[in-house]
Amino acid sequence: MDIDYSPEDLAFRQEVKDWFEANLTPDLKAAAESGADLGGAVSIDQMVAWAKKLSEKGWLAPSWPKKYGGPGWSTTQLYIFNEVRAEVGAPMPFSMGVAMLGPALMKFGTPEQKDQYLPKILSFEDWWCQGYSEPGAGSDLASLKLSAVPDGDDYVLNGSKIWTTYAHYANRMFCLVRTNAEGKKQEGISFILLDMDTPGLDIRPIISIDGAHHLNQVFFDNVRVPKRNLVGEEGQGWTVAKFLLTHERSSISGVAESTANIKRIRRIAREHGYDDDLQMQLKIASSDLDLMALRYTEFRMLSGLESGQVPGAESSMLKIKGTELQQAISELRVDMAGHYAYPWHADTAVGPEDFRYATQVYNFGRASTIYGGSSEVQYGVLAKMVLGL
Amino acid sequence: MDLSFSEEQLLIKESVEKFIEKDYDFDTRNKLLETEERFSRSNWKSFAELGWLGVALPEEFGGFDGGPVETMLVMEAFGSGMVLEPYISSVVLSGSIINLGGSAEQKKALLPPLMEGDLLLATAFTEKEPAYAPATVSVKAEKQGDNYIINGDKVMVIDAPSADKLIVSARTAGEATDPSGLSLFLVDANAPGITLAGYNTMDGARAANITFANVQVSASDLIGEAGNGYETLSRAIELTTAALCAHAVGMMQSAYQATLDYVKTREQFGVPIGKFQVLQHRLVDMYMALEQARSMVYMVSIDVASNDALTRQKAVSGAKAYVGKCARLIAQDSVQIHGGVGMTEELNVGHYFRNLTLFCNALGSTDYHLKCYAELTK
Repeated sequence: MDIDYSPEDLAFRQEVKDWFEANLTPDLKAAAESGADLGGAVSIDQMVAWAKKLSEKGWLAPSWPKKYGGPGWSTTQLYIFNEVRAEVGAPMPFSMGVAMLGPALMKFGTPEQKDQYLPKILSFEDWWCQGYSEPGAGSDLASLKLSAVPDGDDYVLNGSKIWTTYAHYANRMFCLVRTNAEGKKQEGISFILLDMDTPGLDIRPIISIDGAHHLNQVFFDNVRVPKRNLVGEEGQGWTVAKFLLTHERSSISGVAESTANIKRIRRIAREHGYDDDLQMQLKIASSDLDLMALRYTEFRMLSGLESGQVPGAESSMLKIKGTELQQAISELRVDMAGHYAYPWHADTAVGPEDFRYATQVYNFGRASTIYGGSSEVQYGVLAKMVLGL
Repeated sequence: MDLSFSEEQLLIKESVEKFIEKDYDFDTRNKLLETEERFSRSNWKSFAELGWLGVALPEEFGGFDGGPVETMLVMEAFGSGMVLEPYISSVVLSGSIINLGGSAEQKKALLPPLMEGDLLLATAFTEKEPAYAPATVSVKAEKQGDNYIINGDKVMVIDAPSADKLIVSARTAGEATDPSGLSLFLVDANAPGITLAGYNTMDGARAANITFANVQVSASDLIGEAGNGYETLSRAIELTTAALCAHAVGMMQSAYQATLDYVKTREQFGVPIGKFQVLQHRLVDMYMALEQARSMVYMVSIDVASNDALTRQKAVSGAKAYVGKCARLIAQDSVQIHGGVGMTEELNVGHYFRNLTLFCNALGSTDYHLKCYAELTK
């Protein structure tokens, strides 16, 4: 039992660190200190430029195997990569293609689909968004209604998707549609890929409580999608979606980011007069311990993964605890901001840069215990799958 | 990076777990509570024969040469059985003091009988004020020629009534709260001038308040150098705190499991109460508290062996604060979810509750250690 890195791991760590330090631009580094990224301190152009740079280095999809153009890192290497990346303040471009669609295509896609889509995820030519939730299908995702009716070589899609993050930047969407309204609701769902410029598709912004535009509602009015764009068989969409949700949960703990953010919180406490505030110090210490427990819980799961176990329902715990921690950390920054919580989307910082985006990050952070299966849904998963209740 | 156990470690784990399952059920334990010493000397001999008393002690004196991870494995299983034998006080705390601070002669004289089960030790280091402060010592040891004369009072010396020898922290110099000037002495439990007032403790053990009235010990009974005892004591307390955390996780696991089993069988309103979502979510909270606490026990069992003092202190205070928080949740929810029957002496759940309550106060409260952790990391 040990948690020390091997000399090879340490050399790898250094290599990653050197590259980030040589390539991370000061504006992105400053943005990380402020705690914000897209919609706050980072513009879309900055993010795309950074994604392309990572892509050229071959690090845009760090979790992908060599076979599909990823670096083929071990679990430990991937852990180190994320640790260093967060430590130096490099953002990981928000990519549903890398995190979600890629793994789904590797498991369920046809050879043609893999050839067509995977390289463009790696090169960031394609920006994918996720069409899952609907106005009437949130936690009860399987009750989704967006209909896909066969017509010749196509499906014709009608209905609406909601909370579609960055649909306004994306050029493609992977989408859950209803191909059969009869029988068990899970069995009538299919997983399909479509282009965002397909006629009949309308994207409308939803401004969230951080005052920014991340979310959208997407309307489908007789949108034609070729049948060859199905991933898996017709009616197999729920299986694909479930696979993805587990995948999402195992990467969702955010330990690397939270480690870097706790460090920032401690720096802010020192620099803005909270050094001798016992109550504040105890709150920071509590969050720090939540982080430590989560890190070791993740180590334990990684040890299992390294020896070949697949991430199971236990990953729901990482999601619950990881997102609670992210929220607690963003709350600490707001607590320390005092009157600097007031300014709203000012053109220049009123007061310290450290607090400029504090409320925005805190406000939008409420989403983390809602998306990807709310915490309450995760409790249900654990009760059923792990506790057998 | 590897969090798996070696084959030898797995053997220890399995053998202790098997013993608890086969030979230490709740009724057997209750019978031991009826005896005068409240534990079994014959069990203690078995522990010695199975090698459990020496898992973390050096091979040259007959030990297994393991460390905190081996101790963790024993403690976790002992926790689930709420083992009454004085393992923590005699082996973990006192054994560590001898091993860390003792001279070669002292180790040779004491460690083999300790591991063979022929010597029981207890450490007298706490005094009358309840706030945890192991450096605050008013018991005095004055040098007289080749001897020291000890005077003063210790309280709450756990397992003292059965101990053959006591380790006593006493002041040879400095003010009442100084870490420096503390010395550790080895004293026969029945030496002239020692008075023990024994009592039962809530977790089923025995403890005593001890008065030292002109107790004479020789300079060769000093453990380490005069005035430098605090470092040895606090290092041994670190190891003991880590062990207590593992012990607590063993108890938490059993209390949680009993509660989970209960909600699957107890019926009200015509259904097992585990069908109610409000209870399902509470059980999930207990499950997560247990697993997170276990993660912290792994952490502290690794880091408490570090050569770096700050790493050790952070790990120990961090683990004690965190496991304490989780222990309280699991203890209280186990009783609550069991309802009336959880309130009874008859059911093991109430005993886990009592023992976990004591864990939260042992060697510094949850609040104390959270404050230490904040101080060490700010």
